[in-house]
Amino acid sequence: MKKDIILAGVGGQGILSIATIIGEAALHQGLKIKQAEVHGMSQRGGDVQSNLRISSDPILSDLIPLKGADIIISLEPMEALRYMPYLAPDGWIVTNSVPFVNIPDYPELDNVIAELSKVKNLVMLDVDTIAKDCGNARAANMVLLGAASPFLGMDAKNIEDGIERIFGRKGADIVELNIKALRAGRAVAENK
Amino acid sequence: MKQKLLLLGDEAVALAAINSGIAGVYAYPGTPSTEITEFIQGNKVARENGVHSKWCTNEKTAMEAALGVSYVGRRAIVCMKHVGMNVAADAFVNSGITGANGGVLVVAADDPSMHSSQNEQDSRFYGKFAFIPVLEPSNQQEAYDMTRFGLELSEKMRTPVLMRITTRMAHSRAVVEVDDEVEKHENIKFPDWPWVLLPAISKKRYVEVLANYDKLEEMADTSIYNKYFDGPDHSMGIIACGIAYNYLMENMKEGCNHPILKISQYPFPKALIRKMADECESILVLEEGQPFLEEYLRGILDEGKKIMGRITGEVPRTGELNADYIKPALGLGEIPSEAIPSVVVNRPPALCQGCGHRDVYTALNKVLEEYPNHRVFSDIGCYTLGALPPFRAINSCVDMGASITMAKGAADAGLFPSVAVIGDSTFTHSGITGLLDAANSNANVTIVISDNLTTGMTGGQDSAGTGKLEQICEAVGVAKEHIRVVVPLAKNLPEIENVIREEIEYRGVSVIIPRRECIQTYSRKARLKKAEASK
Repeated sequence: MKKDIILAGVGGQGILSIATIIGEAALHQGLKIKQAEVHGMSQRGGDVQSNLRISSDPILSDLIPLKGADIIISLEPMEALRYMPYLAPDGWIVTNSVPFVNIPDYPELDNVIAELSKVKNLVMLDVDTIAKDCGNARAANMVLLGAASPFLGMDAKNIEDGIERIFGRKGADIVELNIKALRAGRAVAENK
Repeated sequence: MKQKLLLLGDEAVALAAINSGIAGVYAYPGTPSTEITEFIQGNKVARENGVHSKWCTNEKTAMEAALGVSYVGRRAIVCMKHVGMNVAADAFVNSGITGANGGVLVVAADDPSMHSSQNEQDSRFYGKFAFIPVLEPSNQQEAYDMTRFGLELSEKMRTPVLMRITTRMAHSRAVVEVDDEVEKHENIKFPDWPWVLLPAISKKRYVEVLANYDKLEEMADTSIYNKYFDGPDHSMGIIACGIAYNYLMENMKEGCNHPILKISQYPFPKALIRKMADECESILVLEEGQPFLEEYLRGILDEGKKIMGRITGEVPRTGELNADYIKPALGLGEIPSEAIPSVVVNRPPALCQGCGHRDVYTALNKVLEEYPNHRVFSDIGCYTLGALPPFRAINSCVDMGASITMAKGAADAGLFPSVAVIGDSTFTHSGITGLLDAANSNANVTIVISDNLTTGMTGGQDSAGTGKLEQICEAVGVAKEHIRVVVPLAKNLPEIENVIREEIEYRGVSVIIPRRECIQTYSRKARLKKAEASK
């Protein structure tokens, strides 16, 4: 088993919380893991990405090769496209549809969506609205993780357990809220 | 007992240092090294054992404090980003002559591809220059193991040891098997050789250091961290240094036909390199950063064995390596090329919404419109982002502290107005001496110390000068009435503009201190407070 995952977004959106849950679930399943993160200057509202590699075999490079990513998970639609050269021919893109506009020359959203629509394996969803409907706008990341979860090669239960272990100390209602958001995201991907 | 933890490379170094019984970590924040010290600051065992972990004012004071720890026979690590080595260089290079008593490991985190730096200098050169051995782990487990090994090597060979890591090692997580026991090294024991580097002593020590370096060279040939793997195809041998080994093996999952020499301990393992040269028709050198080994192999005459690498272009000359970039050199075809869709535009980092530096630049730009010949010399920190739109407010950024001294030099040469913009942490790191120069020659400069009460760029570490900036400026000789403190908020812009205008018009050294807490640390504290309250 091997999954090479690129997590993308804008500095401050919190892509690393998604990586933390996937990493926790992967470790619990006895898989190997390498996760290259971005720190420092690139965090200040610029584009950010993290390379997450999970595998049953030893992992060598910390970085995912070009055309090697099994899945790109992005909190921002244009940022998903930035890593297209890394997407494997049969890889998936799971992305938020809501743009994060903090630059003056952000392209026409229609053009971004049109470009994304060319991707064979695409799940695009409004994670912000779905999170709000679940009762917590801050659970948007968990909605996105849920939408990506069918493609991670892990049991849904395993990922939910990961959420429970990570959020456990914050209380049962926080765990429940995040799992609710996760399931809502997963439902979108499964009904696609 | 061993346990397995998911750790950043930086965290693996930190935990190994704690378990090796260090008395302290000495460091100034700098990407990608910051997390080493932060991990030790947050570690319960380190706290219980009284491990010193307070931030230092700069890399030089850090290196010197660690030497003091070593002098009394205890262990220390010093952490910095690669350009921090330039600041620490006086102490580092001379520590090659004093040697080490208690173990000293200097960790330099290089940043090839300049993700968050102004150059991609390769710290291995410093090791060679100072006759100090260099360790270059290839993965997080080695980062842990070699930190422990490095402190032992330092004591055994009575020399500081340099560990060179790079961004992808520092900031990548992997599972690391670690010890759960801490070594005890608590006895004070002075060195039995002289540390007074008077010429008469240094001349003797230099000879001893050179002899020691010969021994270190022999040790590199038999080190468990330098491995020779034979292969049937001797048309090419491959030398892979540090994490370049991972990128090589990523391409060789079915096994490699060529002999491989993996190097993680320097000085160069000459006998192993000679063996490869004797057995192979050509040599490919894969190394992260600058072509350090490749240049040595090639020399000036370059008339011997065919050597391929960054200099000859088989491997890209600049930037960090990855598994793709070395494919052509391995005969595995071209680098896969697929363009980023044209609809995608750049999203450069920017000053945060609500950041005080924004108000500073808004006011400064407004006033400087009145002075067409102005120049603004800036410095290293978040406020360097003032170079980008919409502000385009600064004309230089070179090294820590250069804003004040360059503004002074430009003023000496006749520039008016000559303005410096520096942050509070950078000011105490390397700006105070420059301000003393300016005050002593009464240079006609206007210096803005944009005080956000933290070291912002690296994530909000304590800033050495918090609460002391006005006193420092006054003490080095800036007239009290020309040290002006303002609060950078939109509503105060007219007042700030007036202050800037007045101080530019003052013919002498003036310091303006816009002071408002970093919006990131402010929000973090507010969140913590809210979480506390809801408990």
